[in-house]
Order: sequence, then C-alpha cells, then structure tokens
Amino acid sequence: MVHELYQETILDHSKRPRNCHPMEDANHKAEGYNPLCGDKLKLYLKMEGDIVKDVSFVGSGCAISTASASLMTESLRGKTRAEALALLDKFHDLLTTDSPVTKDLGKLVVFCGVRDYPARVKCATLAWHTLKSALTSEDSTPVTTEDDA
Amino acid sequence: MSTTTISPTFDVEKIREDFPVLKQTVHGKPLIYLDSAATAQKPNCVVDAIRHFHEVDCANIHRGVHELSQRSTAAYEETRVKAKKFLNSRSRDELIFVRGTTEGINLVSNTWGRVNVKPGDEVVISAMEHHSNIVPWQMLCEINGARLRVIPMNDRGELILEEYEKLLNPRTRMVAVAHVSNALGTINPVKQIIAMAHRAGAVTLIDGAQAAPHICVDVQDLDADFYTFSGHKVCGPTGIGILYGKTRLLEAMPPYQGGGDMIRTVTFEKTTYNDLPYKFEAGTPNIAGGIGLGASIDYVNHIGLDKIAAYEHELLIYGTEKLSAIPGLRLIGTAREKAAVLSFVMEGIHPHDIGTVLDLEGIAVRTGHHCAQPVMDFFHVPATTRASLAFYNTVAEIDALAAGLAKVKEVFA
Repeated sequence: MVHELYQETILDHSKRPRNCHPMEDANHKAEGYNPLCGDKLKLYLKMEGDIVKDVSFVGSGCAISTASASLMTESLRGKTRAEALALLDKFHDLLTTDSPVTKDLGKLVVFCGVRDYPARVKCATLAWHTLKSALTSEDSTPVTTEDDA
Repeated sequence: MSTTTISPTFDVEKIREDFPVLKQTVHGKPLIYLDSAATAQKPNCVVDAIRHFHEVDCANIHRGVHELSQRSTAAYEETRVKAKKFLNSRSRDELIFVRGTTEGINLVSNTWGRVNVKPGDEVVISAMEHHSNIVPWQMLCEINGARLRVIPMNDRGELILEEYEKLLNPRTRMVAVAHVSNALGTINPVKQIIAMAHRAGAVTLIDGAQAAPHICVDVQDLDADFYTFSGHKVCGPTGIGILYGKTRLLEAMPPYQGGGDMIRTVTFEKTTYNDLPYKFEAGTPNIAGGIGLGASIDYVNHIGLDKIAAYEHELLIYGTEKLSAIPGLRLIGTAREKAAVLSFVMEGIHPHDIGTVLDLEGIAVRTGHHCAQPVMDFFHVPATTRASLAFYNTVAEIDALAAGLAKVKEVFA
C-alpha cells in the first residue's frame, strides 16, 4: 500500500531532486508556502518570449512536495505558457478527480496514488500553484532588468 | 504482547472496553490512536449521556417550568458542580461554560483585558504557548497599546524562570502560560509562576487544555486567577469547556457577549446583568455538550487522575526509551517534568511522510506545527511528528509505533 503512494520515481526524485538550485538569470520567480506543513518553495523561471526556457526550484518539504517540484521542472522545459497552464490543470485533475489517467501527463502519472490521500493533495500541488503565480501574476517579480517576457 | 513496566493494578484492557472507537481496523490494521493531545476518545458513558439527553430530556435550560426543561437544567448545572470538584474551586459560581480553552482565553482577554490592560502595560506569555494563548493577547496588546513579552525556554523545552523573573515589573498586568505544553509535553511549574506573578502584582491565566486530562488540578492550591480547559481533551465532547475565575475578578469584569440568560432586566434605556456565572453565558449553550462533559469528568474521576498520571508516566518512560533507540530520531521536548507526549523529528524524512506511512499501519499520530509555530522556530524544524498517549494506550501500541517507524526508515532510506 505504501508503494502505491510512494512510487519508485517519487522516492527517487525526493531523494535526488532535479533542477534543485537557484537561478541567477531567471526572469520570473515566485514563492510558495504551505503554512499547514511548513513547506516552503521558491521557483525560478527563465522565459524566452512565450517559451519556458529553463526552470528550477529550491525549498524544503515532504517527499511528495519535493518530488512534485522536481518532476514539474523536468516536464516544463520548452513548453509555452499556455501549455504549462494546461498541464497544471491536467495534473490537478489527476489528483482531485476520478477522471481516467491521461497519457499526456508523462512521468507525472506517478502521482495518481495521491488522490486517495486528500490530506496530501496540497503537498503535490504546492509547486504547481507556485508556477501559476510565477506565470500569471501581474506582480511576479522580474529578477532581471532584461525581462523579455 | 509485552507487559514491560505496566502497572498490574491498572487494567488497561478493561478500560479499552469502554472505548468502542478503539475496536476498529484502519487500512486493514488495528487502530492505534496516538493523537489524544488533539482530542481524546470518548467512552461509552459519555456517548450514552449525550444520547440520553437527546432521546429523553431534550429541552432548553433555565426558566422553563415544564418537566423536561427542569431535567435538562438540572443535568447541565450538575456539570458545573462536578467541575467545581474537578478543579477544587471555592464556588460553583466561579465556573463558566465556554466552547473550549480558546474561548476561555478570549473571554478573559476581551473582558478583563479590555479594562485592565492600559497603554504601556505588559502581558507575559511563554515561548511554548499554543497559538490560542498567543494571538488573543497579541490582539489585546495591539488594540490597547500594550507590550507582549515572552518567557524564554531552554533546549529541553523548559521555561527559564530566572529570565521570567527579569520580565516581571510594575507594568506587568497579566501572566498567561500553559500548564502543559501541547507540542513538547513540558509540565510547567505553574504554582511558582503564579506566585512570582502575584508578587509583581500581576493576574494569571493558566491554559489547562493539556493538563486537565492528565494532572489533578487544584486552582486554590495553585492560586490561579483564571484556569481554563476543554472538555474534548478530557474524553468529553467538543464545543464545551470550562473557564474558572476568582469571584472578585469575575464580578469586576464586564460581560463577554450580550444576549439572553446573561441579563437581569432589559429596557431600551438600560440593561442590568445577571449574577455569576450567568453574566458570562449569553444565549442557549451547548447543553448536550455540558451534560457529556459531566459524564466525562465522572469517568475520569472513577478511574482516578492519580492512577491515570502514574500509568501514563510509565508509558512515557517506555516510549522515550523505545524511540530514543531509533538512530536518526531526535525527540523535541525533553523536559524533566513531562506529560505523555513524544514529539520528534527523523533525519531526512518529513513529518508528513512519517504520518502517512504510519497511517497505513493503522497508527494515528499528528504531524505539523501543532499550532505552536514559535516552538518549531525555536527548535529550527518546520514541523514534528507527535505521538500523544492516553491511559487507554498500551505498551504494545508503543512497540507498534517503533515498528512503524522502522518501516518509515525502510521506505525513505
């Protein structure tokens, strides 16, 4: 039962998170905080026009939230803003509805076990909410003066 | 089943028969409930008392001349008498029904605090308070222009009384501290804390939420000015609790909420207020809750708080040894005087992951900041896992917790 939730890929990404570092030339960043868990996450985006050129994060959290952030960064590169937001919606559906698992989620399907643990959904979505804030918020702080987004 | 350290005079298996909720499986495993500091489970007699009220005696209390109203009034008011004995107060009029500890504290900060805390005055709390004994005072200080001061603690999670002494001064109006810390289990020397406050001319409030289920409380011996606890932590229902206050303080305080029951006469020009304790009890109260609380006080008294305290202490010692033996596990809160709370962190594993894996083993623990974020900050942890024990827990359940934690390590190794 444990391994339906904590699938190998999740454990792997929680122990060795990918793209887990600050990004000096990011032109969008946002911070996510889950006050219930104390989980904190800072997301860095480098947008070239409408395209996610690079993405990274730093933060502390549980295995689910760390793995979710790590896998998210892997799946965003090269996507347009609209594609990234569409992926967020699909990921959210995966966690919160009984809708059939769609193929276009790629590796993110490993989080399908989370839907059986409503208390953990917020752990898996923290990185994605932070992404939304970085992508859509009017005041998401441009960290360089050459913000071409 | 292990029988280590278990007092032969304490028949825990017989006690467990009183708690139907404990006889279930969760995720296919027998439930092991280690979250009693959040809420204690309810014995049959409490459930029965609430059911009996709803099935047989249900009516609004006070002023009703009919039979049912008299029965419900008598049953509800009887709890006040039971609470008087439970806390050893001088008079039943010093006991006010509230929704719980949080409301008890808010009542005092909003009434006594509003008229007694002036600009430049000081309110003293401690570093280990639950948010419910921080925020009401913070709000009061902000409105009245007063200053909130905090008694620091040491690395074991014990208050540093020498520092407390230094905080006390002629501007200190209120000292509000927990009897027992919910996040750490520390039992604070409240009698001494109260005496020191009184020497400085301050009034005291003791948050008894975590103490009432585990320690014999004697408000006269403590000389507490206010003492408050929640019914649901003493095996009673949620939504009901008690605030004790000394008569002379309660009499001088303005009312809390306005409404029915708290008045003597009402005209559009002037309202006069009811006597104690009704002055502070506006509106129809949680009658069923009050009756359930009475049953829970009877139940706890029947077992005996001294026996409960002794048995839980054995569980604490056993659990402390068992958990301390797990490599990479650090107990948060190692006070020399401690209630049966085992708060801990494990190297490299987030408390929420620990909580979920334990849940799959049927073990209920609490994970998070336990409404004590300043405590988490002090120990530099975002959250802890907390196993809190009650008199219906067993040594075998602590063994199961240790086995569950071994599984946690296996998954996240």
